[in-house]
Amino acid sequence: MSNGATPATAVPARLAGARFGWIRRHKFWLAAAVVLVILPYVPGLDSGYGRSLLTQMGITAVFALSFNLLLGQTGLLSFGHAVYFGLGAYGAIHFMRVINEGLPIPIVLVPLAGAAGGLLFGIIFGSVTTKKAGTIFALITIGVVELVYAATFLLHGVFGGEEGVSADRTFGPHLFGITLGPQIQVYYLVAFWAFVSAVLMYAFMRTPVGRMCNAVRDNPERAEFIGYNPQRVRFIVFSVAGMFAGLAGGLFAINYEIVSAESVGALRSASVLIAAYIGGIGHFIGPIIGAAVLVWLQVNLSDYTTAWLLYFGLFFMAVVLFAPGGLAGLIMMHAPLVRTRAFVKLLGAYLVTVPPAVVTLIGASLLVEMNYRLSTQPELGHELTLYWVEVDTATPWPWLTAIVLLVAGFYAFRRTWPYIGAAWNRAVEESQTQPSPAG
Amino acid sequence: MPHCGKGGAYGDTLREKTFARMLELAIVSLLNGVVYGLLLFMLSSGLTLIFSMMGVLNIAHAGIFMLGAYFSYQVGVYAGFWVAVFVAPLLCGLIGAAIERYGLSNVPNRKTHVPEILFTFGLLYVIEEIVVMLWGRNPISVEVPGALDFPLFTVFGMAYPAYKAFMMAVSVGIFVALYLALKRTRVGLIIQAALTHPQMVGALGHNVPAVYVLVFAIGCALAGLAGAIGGFTWLTAPTLAFTVGPIVFVIVVMGGLGSLTGAFLASMIIGIAQTAAVAIDYSLLDLFGSLGVSVAAGSPLYELATIKVAETAPVIPYLLLVLMLILRPRGLFGTRDT
Repeated sequence: MSNGATPATAVPARLAGARFGWIRRHKFWLAAAVVLVILPYVPGLDSGYGRSLLTQMGITAVFALSFNLLLGQTGLLSFGHAVYFGLGAYGAIHFMRVINEGLPIPIVLVPLAGAAGGLLFGIIFGSVTTKKAGTIFALITIGVVELVYAATFLLHGVFGGEEGVSADRTFGPHLFGITLGPQIQVYYLVAFWAFVSAVLMYAFMRTPVGRMCNAVRDNPERAEFIGYNPQRVRFIVFSVAGMFAGLAGGLFAINYEIVSAESVGALRSASVLIAAYIGGIGHFIGPIIGAAVLVWLQVNLSDYTTAWLLYFGLFFMAVVLFAPGGLAGLIMMHAPLVRTRAFVKLLGAYLVTVPPAVVTLIGASLLVEMNYRLSTQPELGHELTLYWVEVDTATPWPWLTAIVLLVAGFYAFRRTWPYIGAAWNRAVEESQTQPSPAG
Repeated sequence: MPHCGKGGAYGDTLREKTFARMLELAIVSLLNGVVYGLLLFMLSSGLTLIFSMMGVLNIAHAGIFMLGAYFSYQVGVYAGFWVAVFVAPLLCGLIGAAIERYGLSNVPNRKTHVPEILFTFGLLYVIEEIVVMLWGRNPISVEVPGALDFPLFTVFGMAYPAYKAFMMAVSVGIFVALYLALKRTRVGLIIQAALTHPQMVGALGHNVPAVYVLVFAIGCALAGLAGAIGGFTWLTAPTLAFTVGPIVFVIVVMGGLGSLTGAFLASMIIGIAQTAAVAIDYSLLDLFGSLGVSVAAGSPLYELATIKVAETAPVIPYLLLVLMLILRPRGLFGTRDT
């Protein structure tokens, strides 16, 4: 402390720095809140379709973040996380029905009912399933999801059988005049709960329990030596993840006003797994990115092709093989290289290899689409439109073109791939020898 | 009087008849349950082999099984059943070798097994969609081969077909062959060693990656054989992998990690339990009724009580799984902990 500064002038300066310091420390969260508020007014997304898409992305993002509590943070691979999503959704929709019949609670609090349902079943099933970790745990979750899915068809009163359970989100006490009729109101509700959930989950990972999750993931034996019970930690994080999945289920119930057996099924569990992994399980923001990408693909791809599940599976396998860090991982890999001059050359290398890759993919997709048409929709005839071109599958030309594109594109891709390797090495080298900016 | 009951000739015959019917039900269920259980074992033997030898959980195993059923159907159309039974497992083995050689061995970070599981998970969906792409979404009818389509013997007026006995024989044969091969041959010992100490086994001069490829190929070939032979039991449709897959995983967990005998026992338990359950057309309500207790229609228990035991048959493997987890998480014969 300098002798010149008097106590009177030192204190106000510190107070002023502290206030801006809070904003600086939480700038990402504040920016995210601002983005969430203005998103539905961005041109392109300001239609009913765009807002509905954003709502779905929000719901899936919460679901994927809760899944990543298990996989990315604790190393627990669950193939049945939709059980807690679906059971939370069922709890929420039944709660909505009770509100429809006169219970004076505003619908905006219904996601809490979903969270309670998810937490309850997370505790019930978690007490049994978290006894083991790793591969056995994954197998157990497969069994549990099949059990719950089959049970929904046995108990018609609770689960509504094939038609599901429905309710009305506009029929209840309206808080501040929010009726939840228009989609934009539902979006803001979802955005609010999604933001709250994300903040809570991020905070959870900073608590001692959250830190122990990472420890249990990396070295459970060592965690035991320090004195923590890995099984206990797994049970706690499992219940918390179930709670947030149930909250996402509650949002789902509000948005769609109907819940059916597929909400607890294996396909929904698979889709959240794919979403979280594609986005990147090693970063907090990864599942959010993955959820956005997956919802966008699911909504749009199925309009263009019946083979979308095949493309999804292949895309997922490609991510597992070549980009295990997911999209977030890929972005983070490039972050230190952006400042280097070699980055431009790297972009150039990408530009060179992308066309052959695109050609290969076009050839492959032509074959896939033609086969799908012949096998699954033969009643539509053997003529179809692919990439704005009319093809007749009865003639050999489309088949030959597809095979030529596939083979030639793959060969060209293999030839140009070393360019990326070389440019990448140059960029990494330059980023490491460059003096880092201050800080 | 013909229909009054306690004593007399008519009452005795009624009791005898009920007893005879229950005996018939028990024996027929047992027979069918044993066949079904052996079929489940045939299906899960490949998965157990791969899992216990390599520690890899092949989620796509049921997909390979489905491929085996489809291949055998397709080859059978051109060349008959017996050629198909030989060719389909071969094709599946080749596919398994390719998966391990070009796919799994390139998966980064193999030690935690999570990326491998995810890879095979994606593969399952890809296999299912490829089957849809090549054969369509509708179920295909698989005919029992003429040579086996005769009743072997008759039990209580029901004919027991020969192909079921054939399936039983093949399944038992697989169990015996696998057990002997793993425990009594040099190759089996090398395979077991390569799982726990791959570097040492490699240093001794064995080609460890080739061992992995071999084991994976054999596991997939077994799945293909199960598909070729057992195709008549389930509906051969692209949904086959998803209907049958989860039961196989339950068997592996119940039997315990790395145990062939455990998988065998677990398959039999599940097979007999499910088959017996399907035959029982009563519900808790009927049980209460016969005891003189009645459940009101509006009470919350009513829904639970009206479920017939036969309806719960699909859920039984998973109920047994949860029960096993509560009572004995290690599985029946678990030798390894994760």
